[in-house]
Amino acid sequence: MITLKVNGETHSLDIEKEMPLLWAIRTEIGLTGTKYGCGIAQCGACTVLVDGKAVRSCSLPVANAEGKEITTIEGLSHNGTLNKVQQAWIAEDVPQCGYCQSGQVMAATALLNRTPNPDESDIDAAMAGNICRCGTYVRIRRAIKRAAGKA
Amino acid sequence: MTRHEKLSRREFVISAATATGGLLVGLTVPGYAAEFADQTWAADSADPREVNAWVAIEPDETVILRCPMAEMGQGTGSGLPMLLAEELECDWSKVKVEFSSVNRNIREHNIYGDQLTAGSRGIRTSWPYVQQAGASARARLIQAAAMKWNVPAKDCSAVQGKVVHKASGRSLSFGALVADAAKVKLAAEPAIKTPDQFKFAGTRQPRLDSPAKSDGSAKFGIDTREKGQLFASIMSCPVFGGKLVSVDDSAVKNRRGISHVVKLDDAVAVVADNYWRANEALKLLKPVWDGGAAAHTDSAQFNKAYRDALDGPLVTARNDGDARSVIAKSQHVVTAEYETPLLAHATMEPCNATVHLTKDRLDIWMGSQSALSNAEMAAEETGLKPEQIYFHQMYLGGGFGRRTFGDELRHAIRVAKAGNIDVPLQLLWSREQDMRADRYRPQSAIRLKGALSPDGKLEALYIQSVCGSIAMSTGRKVPDGIDGTALEGIGPSVPYNKVPNWYTGQMLKNTHVPVAYWRAVGGSQNCFYLESFIDELAHAAGRDPLEFRRSLTDRVDSVAVLNKLEQISGWGKPMPAGRGRGLSLVENHGAVGGQVAEVTIQANGAVKVDRIYAATDAYHVVNPNLVDAQIEGGAIFAMAAMMYGEITVKNGAVVQGNFNDYRMLRLPDAPDVVTALALTGGKDKDGKPKWGGVGECSVAPTAAAIANAIFAASGKRIRSLPLKNIRLTELASL
Ligand code: FES
Ligand code: FES
Repeated sequence: MITLKVNGETHSLDIEKEMPLLWAIRTEIGLTGTKYGCGIAQCGACTVLVDGKAVRSCSLPVANAEGKEITTIEGLSHNGTLNKVQQAWIAEDVPQCGYCQSGQVMAATALLNRTPNPDESDIDAAMAGNICRCGTYVRIRRAIKRAAGKA
Repeated sequence: MTRHEKLSRREFVISAATATGGLLVGLTVPGYAAEFADQTWAADSADPREVNAWVAIEPDETVILRCPMAEMGQGTGSGLPMLLAEELECDWSKVKVEFSSVNRNIREHNIYGDQLTAGSRGIRTSWPYVQQAGASARARLIQAAAMKWNVPAKDCSAVQGKVVHKASGRSLSFGALVADAAKVKLAAEPAIKTPDQFKFAGTRQPRLDSPAKSDGSAKFGIDTREKGQLFASIMSCPVFGGKLVSVDDSAVKNRRGISHVVKLDDAVAVVADNYWRANEALKLLKPVWDGGAAAHTDSAQFNKAYRDALDGPLVTARNDGDARSVIAKSQHVVTAEYETPLLAHATMEPCNATVHLTKDRLDIWMGSQSALSNAEMAAEETGLKPEQIYFHQMYLGGGFGRRTFGDELRHAIRVAKAGNIDVPLQLLWSREQDMRADRYRPQSAIRLKGALSPDGKLEALYIQSVCGSIAMSTGRKVPDGIDGTALEGIGPSVPYNKVPNWYTGQMLKNTHVPVAYWRAVGGSQNCFYLESFIDELAHAAGRDPLEFRRSLTDRVDSVAVLNKLEQISGWGKPMPAGRGRGLSLVENHGAVGGQVAEVTIQANGAVKVDRIYAATDAYHVVNPNLVDAQIEGGAIFAMAAMMYGEITVKNGAVVQGNFNDYRMLRLPDAPDVVTALALTGGKDKDGKPKWGGVGECSVAPTAAAIANAIFAASGKRIRSLPLKNIRLTELASL
């Protein structure tokens, strides 16, 4: 049995310990906001927070996620209010197809948790692992600054 | 997520934004809450809330608008409902949008058009019937109210979701009128508005799907979760056109969760209760393939074959004046050869389809650019009647031309059939399968010659092109050896009208690698070629590239775009050493677009693109906010291909498999993109308002603008892509 704590809820799952966290979240737990894009830690679509840090869930075996606080895109809002990154995303109309955006929002959230006042190079470093095929980078940058109160 | 939660979420955004300086001009509509429905697809049958097939009104005055096109990021899912609302005169804050039913479209004789979301035509070809649908619904609501009040309909009008009778001050909400309105018979359908009558369309509005795409609730095809659903991973024969000979499945049959190993003619699939289990098992299989003769081909052979074919024979595709003899007699001829490779679409969401096949019904959940034709294909595959196919349109995680053919759907159906699987089955292409079973942007090579007069005028262009044919690859005829997609940007669709002698000859040349539409289609390579070459000619003539282009056109749209670009980019201002500015101008998919790139060449020869200025004339636009987004994204999409994009073939199979070897542009390398519209409005030759598309016109200019900027900065001319293969420090200056 694998025990995962996702968005504050505990799930006991009868799954292989080497199953990547991504597939446990998407298929076993049924939270589909976290996306599959590459499976090899190249694109960031699967980004979740593990103890507050941005992690590529496609490359993290569930055994290594046990006992940690896992947060997915579905767990970012509090009492129905979106977090400030999500609000900035909507205000700047960042998404196009939207498929990468859960991962982008998670990466940006981790950045702002760690560095509330990021400069350009902080943003570059934190977001370099997240591909957006639609090319929404201009607005991603703008939205992060807005969320940091720099808009 | 309930509607209420979404509403409060949106309201919160507005107040929060205002607190930080209130820059959300477009969001300041009080109570703004138009959105997509949580279940994106509409029901498959008419319902009593409908005024017509496009418009339904709930008792609480929620206005449901149906969108015939797919939403793959391009924004039509917000733009077309805006056009409907413009005609309907409803309260936009109460709007909820669904994708129109494919099944109903089949049964009700194409009431929703062709449902083909491609070619930047989401708005440019569907505005007449979408506007008509809104206008017709409005006229019926007005008529219903007029009958109730016993007054002439012409004395009533629709305002913000109500019909009002000004003389008596009476009004009735749409919701109260819907049942009567649905029964109204009109002598004639009302005229639709012309763009100069628009009050709402044309204004900057937020996209309807931003909230759902920022909180993880947006459902893509891959997110389908039906009761009892199984998951399949598939591998196609690595050599296109090859066959599966045999596969030993003994190693995987007993693995946990595996229910089926399915052999198709040209692929093998594993079905399991979790996608990861299916895909892990698939990786363990050692299928034996027969790739046939194609298994002995590679990119080096192809590259040579395309270049060699430039010497003809070519089919004449354009012939104005007498370019051949002008070139023969000219004292100043510039010649250059260019080439570009195959490209993958690599949509962020790998292709997938979920099917539930039963004896008398097939349900499909996927995001498709061509849901209607995919449903018809599914009918053929299953032997069911088209009206037994129920296609549930979902969000597309990118399209770019890939999601029109239904290859993934065909796989899902065949696996379900061959495996006798009568529960819902989700077939998902792994990234590697997605990269290697694509239909690619065609490969091509080109030779361009230009004749300049002694005073630097362009007298003739002579273009020889060898290009892959999408038509041939997709089984369509190419009468006279002409495929329009291969000519885009070098044949008829160019922004110039003052080149007196112009010849374009072309040979269509395919290999066993399938080719298809890739965002901007022919323009993706041809605009790079022509616009780089125009830059070469300008420099050879000793003329400023912008002024040189001005001398080649007096088209209103081209001139407007050049003027706007000059203004926003600071064209002509000196730049420091090592930096350069490059320009390009294109016509693509019904619009004219120009870009100016600013680059810095670093000491090691690496190119940094600092900024791209983009000016676009799409004549009329529905939502400038989304147009800007398309142009920003289009330039970055194009730049990714320019820098890194290259699919190569070895032993008949595609080499690249994932984002480690098919690289993408990432945020730190992405330039700032500054957009501006240069809308000239106007009418087409039939007197109808002119509409352009921006999804592709934004892509076509980028590579040339960057390459021309590199030349301006370094004196080095880029004649083949991608840039990653070129060491600028080793390239001779011109
Ligand atoms: S799916 Fe995990 S990084 Fe791409
Ligand atoms: S919005 Fe489409 S991939 Fe990022």
